[in-house]
Amino acid sequence: MDYETLMQIFGSTVRLGTPLLLACLAGLFSERAGIFDIGLEGKMLAAAMAAGSVAAMSGSAWVGLVAGIGASLIFAMLHGVASITFRGNQLISGVALNFLSSGITVLVAQALFGQGGRTPPLAGAARFNPITLPFAEIVKDVPLIGPLYTEVISGHSILVYAAMACVPLTWWVLYRTRFGLRLRAVGENPAAVDTAGVSVVGLRYAALTITGVLCGIAGAYMATALQAGFGREMTAGRGYIALAALIFAKWRPWQALGATMLFGFFQALALRPDVVEKIAHVKVPVSMLDALPYILTVLVLAGFVGKAIPPRAGGEPYVKER
Amino acid sequence: MRKLPQWADVVLVPLISLLLAAIVAAIVLLAIGQSPTKALGIMVEGAFGSANGWGYTLYYTTSFIFTGLSVIVAFHAGLFNIGGEGQAQLGGLGVALVCLALPWPHWTVALLAATLGAAVFGAAWAAIPAYLQAKRGSHIVITTIMFNYIASALIVYMLVDVLRPAGQMDPASARFPVGASLPALSDMPFLREFFARLNPDGTPRLTKAGVAMYSNVPANVTLFIALAACLVVWLLLWRTRLGYQIRAFGKSEAASKYAGINPVKITMIAMLISGGLAGMMAINNVMGSAERLLQNSAEGAGFIGIAVALMGRNHPFGVLLAALLFGFLYQGGAALGLNTTIPIEMRIVVQGLVILFTGALDQMVRMLLVWLFSFGRKAVA
Repeated sequence: MDYETLMQIFGSTVRLGTPLLLACLAGLFSERAGIFDIGLEGKMLAAAMAAGSVAAMSGSAWVGLVAGIGASLIFAMLHGVASITFRGNQLISGVALNFLSSGITVLVAQALFGQGGRTPPLAGAARFNPITLPFAEIVKDVPLIGPLYTEVISGHSILVYAAMACVPLTWWVLYRTRFGLRLRAVGENPAAVDTAGVSVVGLRYAALTITGVLCGIAGAYMATALQAGFGREMTAGRGYIALAALIFAKWRPWQALGATMLFGFFQALALRPDVVEKIAHVKVPVSMLDALPYILTVLVLAGFVGKAIPPRAGGEPYVKER
Repeated sequence: MRKLPQWADVVLVPLISLLLAAIVAAIVLLAIGQSPTKALGIMVEGAFGSANGWGYTLYYTTSFIFTGLSVIVAFHAGLFNIGGEGQAQLGGLGVALVCLALPWPHWTVALLAATLGAAVFGAAWAAIPAYLQAKRGSHIVITTIMFNYIASALIVYMLVDVLRPAGQMDPASARFPVGASLPALSDMPFLREFFARLNPDGTPRLTKAGVAMYSNVPANVTLFIALAACLVVWLLLWRTRLGYQIRAFGKSEAASKYAGINPVKITMIAMLISGGLAGMMAINNVMGSAERLLQNSAEGAGFIGIAVALMGRNHPFGVLLAALLFGFLYQGGAALGLNTTIPIEMRIVVQGLVILFTGALDQMVRMLLVWLFSFGRKAVA
C-alpha cells in the first residue's frame, strides 16, 4: 500500500470517525453523570432524519442542524423523564427509545416526502460541504506533508472541525470547571453532591442536555455532511460502537478521540476491500469486511481494555432519603 | 412509597402501561394524518378476521414465545440479552445445516434433530458474550448487540458463498427435503376444520376430486413446542435448584456468591439457555414456514422478545399472553402495510412504546396507581 492510499484511508477515517467521536463524547457526559445511555443510536437517527428533512425543505444545512439537535434533545429528555424522574431502568429506556426512533423516523420521512422513508437527496447549501483549508493547493505536491495536509487535515466539513474542537472543550469542562467537578461527582457519589446542596436531578438533566446536543450534531453530520440525505437505519449501530469506544477510552475525552478514530479506521478499511486484500493476500468476502468494525469492537472490549471501571453510580437511579 | 395490592401490580400495571402505549401510538398516527380507529379496525380484521389471519398471528406468536422466554431467563439472572436476534439467525443456520444434511425419513425425527441444531447454534452464539461478561467483564449489552451485526454478516456470507446452490441468484439455501417439512396447523386433525376454505355460502370449498380445501398457514406444530417451552421454563426457574440459583444471582450477585453460587457458571448457563431458546425460534420460521434459510430470517423477532418479556412481567405465562398480543400487532401491522399508506415500521414504533411504558416508565404507572388507590382509601375511611 502506497503513502497516497494510506492518506486517503486516513482521510475517510476522520470522516467516519467524526460521528463516532461526537456520539462518544455525548455518552461521556451522560455516563460521567451516572446515566447509562444505550440510546445514543436512536438520538443520532432521529437527528439525522430531522436534519435531512429540514435541510431538504429549507435548503439550509444550518437550519437542518438546529432541527437535528432539537429532535435529539426530545429523545434525551424522554430518557431523562424515564430514568431520572421516574427512576426507570436506564438500559431498557435506551433500548425502547432506539426502537421508537427506528420506527418513527421512517414514518415521519414517509409522511413528509413519500419516498419510501428516505429524504430527497440533498445538494448545495443543504449540505455541509468540504472546506479546503488555506495553502492546501500550494502544499499539495510537497512530498509526505502534501498528501497528509490535503487528504487528512484539509477538505472536511465544518462539523468535523467542530467535533475535533469538542475534545479539548470537553476536557476543559470536565476537569477545569465547577460544573465538571460536580458532574463527575454525581456519577460517583450522588449522595455527597446532594448533601452539598447541589441538585442531583438538575445536574443529570444538564448532562443529558449536552448528550442530546452532541448526538444531534452527530446525526446531522450523518445526513447532511457524510451522506446526502437520510435513509432508513442509516446510523447502522454507530451509537453502539461509540459506547464501545467510550469503554475503551475509559470515559476520558482525549482517549475517546483515539478510540473513535481507531473504530473510524476499521470502518474506513471495510470500505476498501482492494487494500485489505492486497495486505492480507487472500480474497476477503465483503460481508466479513462489513462485520470487521463489530468484530474488532468485541475484541477491543474483550482484551485490550484492561480494567475499565465505569463511574460508580452509573445505572443507579438516585433516591433521596432512604 | 405505598405498596400496591398484588393484583393491581400484576394486572393493572401492565394493562395501564399498554393503554398509555396505545394512546401515544394513536397520537403518532394522527400526527402523520391517519385515522387510529380505522387502523385498529384493519389490524383486528387482518389478525383475527380470517383463518388465514389467525394462521399468521399464531405463527408470529410462536416465534415471540421463544424469544420472550429467552429474554426472561437472562433477565432472571440479571443479564440483559439483546442478542436474541443474532441468536435466532444462528439458530436458523443450525436448522438449515441439519435439514440439508440428510434425506429425513419423517418430520418427527427431523424436528428433534433440527431443534437440537437450532438450540446448539443459538446457545453457541450466546456463549461468547456470556464468557466475555463472566470472565472479562465486557458489558453483555454491548457485546450481544455487536454479535447481532456479526451474525447477519455471517449469515450473508454463508448464504452467498457456502449454502447457495449453484445457479441460483437470490442469497438463500436450497429447499429442505420433503421429509423435513413440518405439518402446519391446517394439516392437523381437530384444528384443520378451522382452517377450511369456505365458499361464500359457508359450505366447504372442494377440489375437483371432491376433497375439502384448507388455507395454507405458516403456523405449525412448533406452536406446541413453544407452549411446552413455557411450562419447562417455569419449572426450571421456580421448581429446580438451578432456577433458584439463577434467580438468586439476578437478585443479588454478592449475596449469591456468599451462598456458594458460582457467578461464572450461572452467567454461562443462563446465557446458554437464553441463546438456545432464541435459537429454537428458527424451527418455527426457517423449518416450519420458509423451508429454506433466507437472509434476515428472524425479521426482528429477537428484539420483540424484549418487549414480550417486559410486557409479560418476566413470567412464562405472561410471556405467552404478551406473545399473542405481539402476534396480533405484527400480523395487524402487516395488514396495515398492505392495505393502507401507513408504513410497516409502525410495528417498531408500537414495540418501542410498549418497552418504554412497561419497562422504563412502570414506576410512573405505579406512582399513578398508588395515588389513585389513596383516593379510594380516603373515601372508605
